[in-house]
Amino acid sequence: MKPLQLVSIFLGGLLFGFGLAFSGMTQPEIVLSFLQLRDLGLLLVLGMATGITLITYQLVKKSIKKPLVSKSFSPYPSIIRKDAIIGAVIFGIGWGISGLCPGSALASIGIGNMPILIGIGGMFLGAYVQGAYFSKKTS
Amino acid sequence: MVNLLFPLGITNYIVGGILIGLGVSMIFLLTGIRAGASSFFSSTISYFSNKEYFQRKLYTTTRVWRIVFTLGLIVGAFLFTITFNNGQFFTTNVQWWRLALGGFLVGFGTRFSRGCTSGHGICGLASFSLSSFLAVITFLIIAIFTAFIVGSLGVIP
Repeated sequence: MKPLQLVSIFLGGLLFGFGLAFSGMTQPEIVLSFLQLRDLGLLLVLGMATGITLITYQLVKKSIKKPLVSKSFSPYPSIIRKDAIIGAVIFGIGWGISGLCPGSALASIGIGNMPILIGIGGMFLGAYVQGAYFSKKTS
Repeated sequence: MVNLLFPLGITNYIVGGILIGLGVSMIFLLTGIRAGASSFFSSTISYFSNKEYFQRKLYTTTRVWRIVFTLGLIVGAFLFTITFNNGQFFTTNVQWWRLALGGFLVGFGTRFSRGCTSGHGICGLASFSLSSFLAVITFLIIAIFTAFIVGSLGVIP
């Protein structure tokens, strides 16, 4: 991958991480307060982020033929897969227990939240067990 | 009413959400990639495991930029802390066993599902993916249900 592409991804990630911290989503306590329906803020965060992304995806694909520093847009698979739902159930249980989801847990390192490394270690282990023992050969 | 639904106010949530959306948008405009966070775990494991699953191109060809993206997430959150948050760092009070067990299930589940809050949530919904839409509804409902059970057992926070 070209340096310019990596710089683009780094800067996009930087904005993403800044926004996660700004919104408080890097604090598991605030995420849990949403999951226990004491503060609906997470829905505002997800809604704003999705809304802006949706507009960008539409505008960008209509106005330019290729991304500014790459050759083509990556496709998005739209087939319905049973695994997407089974995985979502397991993810939901883990999210409800801990208040952690991947992006906010990784960004949480940046706010100095060192216990989060236990959660990230768990995520690596979970991803390993999934890939090594519960993946299908095809797809 | 707003105070009841959003005890901490709504400004942080709205501004933060906009910044997240701009980050995802910028990556798509410049590189054409729909960036989610959870693939980072599988793609990084591909450096260490020879198992067939991790050595697929989906991971070996994206593992460099996924590490760079993750570094961006961490540095971005750090910059927020030393500027807007006056250098006040944060340490969670969620118990270690919840972080470990929850983290394991999150890692397993998001990879089995091939997406998390950012991949299925932000990128998938914005791409009108029905599969992602169903995944998002599912993990939101299950997580709320689980968090209520955890809370009702007297586990705090």
